[in-house]
Amino acid sequence: MLKHLKPALFMLLIWTVITGVAYPLAVTGLSQLLFPGQANGSLIKDSQGQPLGSELIGQAFSDPKYFWGRPSATSPYPYNAAASSGSNLGPTNPALADAVKARINALRGGDPENAMPIPVDLVTASGSGLDPHISPAAAEYQINRVAKARNLDAGKVRDLVGQHTEPRQWWVLGEPRVNVLGLNLALDGAVR
Amino acid sequence: MTGNTLAQTAIYLLTLLALARPLGWYMARIYQGEPIGINHWLKPVEALIYRLSSVNPKEEMRWTDYAIAVLAFNLCGLLAVFALQRFQAYLPLNPQHLPGISPDSAFNTSVSFVSNTNWQSYVGEATLSYLTQMMGLTVQNFLSAATGMAVLVAFTRGFIRRNADTIGNFWVDLTRGTLYILLPLSLIFSLALAGQGVVQTLGPYQQTPLVESLAYSQPKLGEDGQALMDAEGKPIVANLELREQTLALGPAASQVAIKQLGSNGGGFFNVNSAHPFENPTPLSNFLEMLAILLIPASLCHTFGTMVGDTRQGWAILSAMTIVFVALVFVAVPAEQAGNPLLLELGVGQSASNLQAGGNMEGKEARFGIVNSALWAVATTAASNGSVNAMHDSFTPIGGLIPLWLMQLGEVIFGGVGSGLYGMIVFAIVAVFVAGLMIGRTPEYLGKKIEAYEMKMAAIVILIPPFLVLGGTALAVLADAGQAAVFNPGAHGFSEILYAFSSAGNNNGSAFAGLSANTPFYNCLLGLAMLFSRYWLIVPVLAIAGSLAAKKIVPVSAGTLPTHTPLFVGLLIVTILLVGALTFVPALALGPIAEHLIMIGK
Repeated sequence: MLKHLKPALFMLLIWTVITGVAYPLAVTGLSQLLFPGQANGSLIKDSQGQPLGSELIGQAFSDPKYFWGRPSATSPYPYNAAASSGSNLGPTNPALADAVKARINALRGGDPENAMPIPVDLVTASGSGLDPHISPAAAEYQINRVAKARNLDAGKVRDLVGQHTEPRQWWVLGEPRVNVLGLNLALDGAVR
Repeated sequence: MTGNTLAQTAIYLLTLLALARPLGWYMARIYQGEPIGINHWLKPVEALIYRLSSVNPKEEMRWTDYAIAVLAFNLCGLLAVFALQRFQAYLPLNPQHLPGISPDSAFNTSVSFVSNTNWQSYVGEATLSYLTQMMGLTVQNFLSAATGMAVLVAFTRGFIRRNADTIGNFWVDLTRGTLYILLPLSLIFSLALAGQGVVQTLGPYQQTPLVESLAYSQPKLGEDGQALMDAEGKPIVANLELREQTLALGPAASQVAIKQLGSNGGGFFNVNSAHPFENPTPLSNFLEMLAILLIPASLCHTFGTMVGDTRQGWAILSAMTIVFVALVFVAVPAEQAGNPLLLELGVGQSASNLQAGGNMEGKEARFGIVNSALWAVATTAASNGSVNAMHDSFTPIGGLIPLWLMQLGEVIFGGVGSGLYGMIVFAIVAVFVAGLMIGRTPEYLGKKIEAYEMKMAAIVILIPPFLVLGGTALAVLADAGQAAVFNPGAHGFSEILYAFSSAGNNNGSAFAGLSANTPFYNCLLGLAMLFSRYWLIVPVLAIAGSLAAKKIVPVSAGTLPTHTPLFVGLLIVTILLVGALTFVPALALGPIAEHLIMIGK
């Protein structure tokens, strides 16, 4: 045992320097050089260069004039980007059905004429609690409400949704999706 | 399953299998010390590492020496990670001024990372400093993976060598695996991920304004950290308004790359690869998912190349792939079918061009159903344990598959190195069973399998179920065990069973509703991880030592060929039978009962 203790200690020390210091610093340096935007959080900036949010992190919306994102289970408030969390509610937990019912009521209440089935991603909490996207169906469901609240033509809002819809990556990977923060900032005219 | 579901699954599997051959061949060259570019250029670095740590790379080790070196090295790693967590408040690179970690949590996390489990009882972005993440966790991500691969290579030498009393040098295997395999692959993957949007910075957390300010309430805390009560004994609530969002950042890409490649799985952020900064796009998801199975699958070809018969490697890889594909085709449809209890409420769960549909609770919109379910199967087939969706919110059958894959002993691909040595132990059991049926002395790759090997193989196969079922029983009986359960009913039992299946097989994923950051679970699960790692490594090395000492038996008419479809079938049946007989009763109490309740309502 003692015979092996010395190499064990020195090996650990050497590998700590290589994999724990040199490797992450090298990756940090290269990422900051090659992909400065992405490596620092993919921030959306206004014309003065002030950050408005991150392309990759959603925000909580409840005003009818904005598109609402995925429900978020982070605490103590939704979309807490310093403490990501899912709800961890099991499929048969009555608390899940109750939470979904409350979200359905909020959506139906904001748009009583809308008889479309509510897309599932709009009433279920995301895995991270920070999901920046909703499905195109979930955006479509909200177009009339947002258009009415803003006195805009629904067709115009639909065009804007289309501009903020990302297709499957390389036509096959992942799912088509709408970036909620990007879309809402565009509605407010904050960017573009 | 839709066309796109099939296409995404097929692309994933084909890419994986196409890469297994070149990477497997490359790793065989590295471990056998044959020149292949990089190990020539970096030869001086390798030699310097040996010199600094006074290792003689030419010195061969008996299996006992090899085992002691593994244990001594891992013990040092464990103590280092423990100390880093305890003292992080006094150490640099802690921009959020996070305090030290409690002893039980620090014990659990250090065991977890040294044993290649990466069970996370802590919240990464809220409790660990950058220094702890880099010099503690990232280091062990490399070294625990390299340890698993080294043990596999030593085990393989048991089949190659004849009348030998040594099985290689641990320090050499460790160094080559880290320097020539894990480091270059991690560099490539981390840069690809950073390009997609995985954060990589040493700067502090970023503040950004909220478009819509947010009102919320929070209990007021006194100076002792306890909630303040009013005269009626109710907590005093402060109503607050939030105008800014704090974005947790950090050197994530470098850690994510190795956590995926080294079957580690411990996330930089709390929700692991569901976090948009850890897994931002479908392409990053594809790469991370590929990295989960890349080395375990390729090592099959490394094994075949090293024993001089590549068909042996392909046979094992076929057995793994067949079980994997079969279970993907159970898990994906189960999740796509959605939750019948939500259907009653008028929620649209059917898949279309405009939505993924299905059971979206705990899943991310960019991944939808197929990538979440496929990831869940891959991460538990391998002993990776990273997640991109919350397994606790899966449908009962969708959650049963990951649970059972862990319980099979993490041999369907499995951990880097550990998966394949586990699988080869199952192959030894399979030839033994076949030997009993045809009345011949069993042999595998020319080595006679005798009582000693069978005893060791039995230990390897029996220890994880003992830890899983024993630990679950203990936790279910204890008050402290029950108190941590989050979801009611059968699902709550599944949470406990999942925790011990994960720790007892070094996986690391969780039904995360379980509040496992308590002294009870930190200690019990920590011990389970410790035993399931090292009580397997020692008997595996013992088999290696015993086999290396034997001569090679020439192939005769009585030899059972182990590269045929017949043997692949026999191997699969052996694994599934052991897994089913051991765990079906426990599964019946958890996910199966829950499924019946769900569809019966």
